[in-house]
Amino acid sequence: MDYQSSELCRFTTAGSVDDGKSTLIGRMLYDSKSIFQDQMEQIEASSLRRGESEVNLALLTDGLKSEREQGITIDVAYRYFATPKRKFIIADTPGHIQYTRNMVTGASTANVALVLVDARNGVVEQTRRHAIIASLLQIPHLVVCINKMDLVDYSEDAYEKIKEDFEKFAAKLDVKDVHFIPISALKGDNVVHRSERMDWYDGSTLMYYLENVHIASDYNFIDPRFPVQYVVRPNTDEHHDYRGYAGRIAGGIMKKGDEVMVLPSGFTSKIKKIDSFDGELQEAFPPMSVTVLLEDEIDISRGDMIVRVNNQPEVSQDMDVMISWFNERPLTPRGKYTIMHTTQEARCMVKEIKYRLDINTLHRDLENKEIKMNDIARITLRTTKPLFVDPYRKNRITGSVILVDEGTNETVGAGMII
Amino acid sequence: MDYQLNHLRELESESIFILREVAAQFENPVLMFSGGKDSILMVYLAQKAFYPGKIPFPLLHIDTGHNFDETIAYRDALVEKTGARLVVGSVQEAIDKGMVVEEKGVNASRNGLQTVALLEALEKGKYDAALGGARRDEEKARAKERFFSHRDEFGQWDPKNQRPELWNLFNAKKQFGEHFRVFPISNWTELDVWQYLAMEKVELPSLYYAHKRMVFERDGVLLADCEYIQKKPGEVVKEMMVRCRTIGDMTCTGVWASNATTTEDIIEEVATTRMTERGGRTDDKRSETAMEDRKKKGYF
Repeated sequence: MDYQSSELCRFTTAGSVDDGKSTLIGRMLYDSKSIFQDQMEQIEASSLRRGESEVNLALLTDGLKSEREQGITIDVAYRYFATPKRKFIIADTPGHIQYTRNMVTGASTANVALVLVDARNGVVEQTRRHAIIASLLQIPHLVVCINKMDLVDYSEDAYEKIKEDFEKFAAKLDVKDVHFIPISALKGDNVVHRSERMDWYDGSTLMYYLENVHIASDYNFIDPRFPVQYVVRPNTDEHHDYRGYAGRIAGGIMKKGDEVMVLPSGFTSKIKKIDSFDGELQEAFPPMSVTVLLEDEIDISRGDMIVRVNNQPEVSQDMDVMISWFNERPLTPRGKYTIMHTTQEARCMVKEIKYRLDINTLHRDLENKEIKMNDIARITLRTTKPLFVDPYRKNRITGSVILVDEGTNETVGAGMII
Repeated sequence: MDYQLNHLRELESESIFILREVAAQFENPVLMFSGGKDSILMVYLAQKAFYPGKIPFPLLHIDTGHNFDETIAYRDALVEKTGARLVVGSVQEAIDKGMVVEEKGVNASRNGLQTVALLEALEKGKYDAALGGARRDEEKARAKERFFSHRDEFGQWDPKNQRPELWNLFNAKKQFGEHFRVFPISNWTELDVWQYLAMEKVELPSLYYAHKRMVFERDGVLLADCEYIQKKPGEVVKEMMVRCRTIGDMTCTGVWASNATTTEDIIEEVATTRMTERGGRTDDKRSETAMEDRKKKGYF
């Protein structure tokens, strides 16, 4: 059965209010035949009621009442479609400034970022902001979709100019893999079907790119990290002494017989068994959820981490992070927050705000260090107990934290460890 | 060896992670079990997550009293097999106590009344997390739902003020009296569910496979003929080969003309169908934002 060899690819879309992001997603769903007849009938009826002459594909993604009323996307919406090669999860995030936190959210798990540029306007502030966020969040692949080519007469010059501008700016970023595709989401050029109106473009269509981009090595397979999530102790006659550590592999490859170390205790042991409902496994790799059993009886609980003796993360109470701030209440200097990291939880204090990053220019602001909603800043944290961390560049799972307000319980910030 | 999971294994791993996170972060979780394929999948994934231990939380079934017989039989067999604890909340009881009033007329359904019985059962059991089998591909309001969805002390959902969810980090902190709805299979589509159930050879209630049944048509939807639905004049009952794509209360679950008698047939059918599965749910057809409005009040 071919569906058993199909891969999962997550991508995020970002664009300014009128870049046609929702239309692009609608187009991908429509041309890949992922829209159902009753959904189509519903949006046809809605378009008609709103007095629009053509079927508004954007209505497919704008799910909430207030979004339909305002004609904008407010929250991250998740969309799904599949081709014979891959299943796709789209995190459709709002482009306008007050909802940057959603863009960061959508970007956190994405393999690919689609950045939309209006061919008439070229690289604007929002384009730069989206690219910077994609770079900060270390999305492995970036595709710049130069949209609305139909409104610039499918001009190669317009495309080349935007490409050049973007490349000049992207040189300052930490992005490894950038692609450019000229499209018209409205007319369908180069989205799923090859455009006949841009024979000067010999690259792939967007859909072909998404189906073929190499995502298998987007996880870290080098540094073994196993945050213990839950201890399985059945206490039944059959499994009397069973003590399994359940969790999801956050990095590296773990094999039966591996010599391991448990943090924070530092005790060493060997992997006796990697267990699952479907039977014993010889090895496990990210992002598998498994249960690990060790040779020796060691006191291990949630929040501990199993690693290799000769490959350990940094064990530290002091760390520098790039923080993306989500809350209406600004970040409090010297403030205390709950910090969540892998399966660990601690309290932390903001020791220092080093600078605020201007996400339009990459300028480091050392003067105005008030960190408000949608700001990104470099800060130093001190935690109440050691965390087992890797730089975010090395591992997106062991390198990320969130901060939680101790009064309101809201998630107020997301941090990437430097 | 190729270090790459297929999409079904990756979804499985994600869901198991969420289920374990719920067991670790909450004191008293419960799994909402409707008897439909999505909640059957949830129970199956929970078995995997805690193997060889038992599922560390009970199953909660909100019984409308208008169930297909097959649903109840399957539920009881599943409880027997997994050793899970079953808790039943009853809509009939809520009606008898005068907490809700039964709808009248030909389109009367107990679907909306379930919310009251559900909130009552959650309060009574002092559950701080209710696991649900909702998927984001089902309906446009569900597309914006989080894995960990915070509910206030009235059980309400505030879609414009949801907590951001990043990476593998789920914030389950709450004030006293508040609870969470958690949706471990958010990222699965209908097709994923069927492909997975086929791959794992999970047995489902017979209703999901094509069978002969007495049905009638209303507003373009086929409904099973039963004592709980009043027929309008001119509605003709006839025998057809049909199957359910979703299973809810008998009064609002449409059936589909189908000859798919095996899971592989169903995958073929789902992959080529042009209607969403909720297209047969009359409860979603009441208005354009019917689902969003019900969800805000605390529906599944």
